[in-house]
Amino acid sequence: MGILIVIAQRTLYGLLLLLAVLVLNFTMINLAPGDVVDTIAADMGGASAELIAQIRAEYGLDQPVIVQLGNYIWRVFQFDLGHSYFYNRPVTEMIFARLPATLLLVFSAQIFALVVGILLGVFAAQRPNGLLSHIVTFFALFGYAAPVFWTGILLLIAFSLKIPLFPVAGMRDVTVEGFFPQALSVAHHLVLPMLTLGSIFIALYSRLCRASMLEVLGSDYVRTAKAKGLSPRDVTMKHALKNALPPVVTLAGLQFSAVISGAVLVETVFSWPGLGQLALTSILARDTPTILGILFFSALVVIVGNLLTDLVLRLIDPRVRAKA
Amino acid sequence: MSEQTQLKARSPFAEAFEMFRRNHAALAGLAVLLAIIAVAILGPVLYPGNPFDMVWAPFTTPGTEGYLLGTDYLGRDLLSLLIHGARVSLTVGLAAAFVTVTIGITIGALAGFYRGWVEEVLMRLTEFFQVLPTLLFSMVIVALFGASLLMITIAIGLVSWPAVARITRAEFLRIRELEYVTAARAGGVRNGGLMFRVILPNALPPIIVQAALMVGSAILFEAGLSFLGLTDPNVASWGQIIGSNRQYILDASYTVTVPGIAIFITVLAISLVGDGLNDALNPKLRER
Repeated sequence: MGILIVIAQRTLYGLLLLLAVLVLNFTMINLAPGDVVDTIAADMGGASAELIAQIRAEYGLDQPVIVQLGNYIWRVFQFDLGHSYFYNRPVTEMIFARLPATLLLVFSAQIFALVVGILLGVFAAQRPNGLLSHIVTFFALFGYAAPVFWTGILLLIAFSLKIPLFPVAGMRDVTVEGFFPQALSVAHHLVLPMLTLGSIFIALYSRLCRASMLEVLGSDYVRTAKAKGLSPRDVTMKHALKNALPPVVTLAGLQFSAVISGAVLVETVFSWPGLGQLALTSILARDTPTILGILFFSALVVIVGNLLTDLVLRLIDPRVRAKA
Repeated sequence: MSEQTQLKARSPFAEAFEMFRRNHAALAGLAVLLAIIAVAILGPVLYPGNPFDMVWAPFTTPGTEGYLLGTDYLGRDLLSLLIHGARVSLTVGLAAAFVTVTIGITIGALAGFYRGWVEEVLMRLTEFFQVLPTLLFSMVIVALFGASLLMITIAIGLVSWPAVARITRAEFLRIRELEYVTAARAGGVRNGGLMFRVILPNALPPIIVQAALMVGSAILFEAGLSFLGLTDPNVASWGQIIGSNRQYILDASYTVTVPGIAIFITVLAISLVGDGLNDALNPKLRER
């Protein structure tokens, strides 16, 4: 019962945030020099003043700003994000075609970074001044300082060109048929982009997990667990890790928007057919409806990601459950 | 307080400086950073000429014919591009960090000082900005309002301030309850003075650390935007070199890897200095 109320509250708050994104989108369209009609007129190679006025009326641009905003929000709630002038297709249709690729990349990179980051952090915490600890510290610095697109290009040069283990570009081999061979092909294409995108976040998570584990390992109940004769493995994995995890999961939840930002760059390097690539081509083509639609959907992904993080936190941390 | 600690007391700056001086990694970072800044300032004098001039055959490999780092796809001297790009990358990084910190401090200070509905509204605004993927959001800003260096700087600042605002607010929440603030208030200091002359100087240490790291993030950010081609094509920056040579990594990978190393080393140096500042300015760590 309690959990349903929390989910409902969070969803409602998420919807309010999305509404705010729409207001922001609308504001930006109106602040930016030139409007839809100018673009259309330019595409037609110029139009008379009457025709421009007629198109303005057709698009409702002659109405008061607040009415226009209401219309815009109402259209979005009917899943209509407008029409792309560049691709000549509805924006939602294009976004839905690209969304799965981005979701696959974003979530696989997050999960990969979490698993590797936590493992590295746990092992590094066993010996705070050991070799692995230093490697984790070094890797954390590397992950922060290396531009993600550069890491991607280096991996591409190393493992696609010099040692051709992985494909250079794309998401699947179109000649492959059947579900499993195709899934395998997608997984094969996913490896390098996932490694690249994950590298930044492995650095973050392993550093925090190490610090968090060190703190927990110093607490009284861990000493008790050791004193009653549990094996070091059980103490680490069953007792300490459970309490060291929540901060790491919280951080991971906060990183969703950063992961999507990184995905834009990674998609460009590896020609991964996701939202980031669509965003870039539509920005270069000045295709405003598509760009704003992508901003809206990426905010939606972040909000859903945050909601999922909350749920995971409730699963692993009884204190969060008790608070609500 | 015992006699001995009285004698030992020094100005907090001297103490922080002493801490920083003992941190070898931070000192190394600082040395590298100063060298890069020197190159950025003096470089165009030491290595004159327009970096956009075509000087030799395209894709001359590094080390040949006096072109230390070779030439790019248009036969431009990569070393010259790199040296001239340092100035742009560093300037954008500094300016964007300045915009970020200014917005962040203002919002965080107002929220932490006034509490109540002001805090509620400003923190909701902060959360809202954290929901938008920073790079996409700045891409949109640059796309709608033009890809000049000024616009890029503003865009980076507009999307990065929430972290600074959160830190500033947390510090203000803590400090506003301290006795010297009450004393200053009783002494007739007005709200503006309390915020910026009494509380802010004491809230600065963590903000300074964050600001230092922001310079690094902003350089990475600018590099990312220019890698995507969202930059002023007439100004050489490190990211712009990578972006313009992106299609040719199969033929000449050094045109992409070399400027990447410049970005990597610079940001690494900045983050080492930032970590050093963090240790030096954080009094809780000093006892360790």
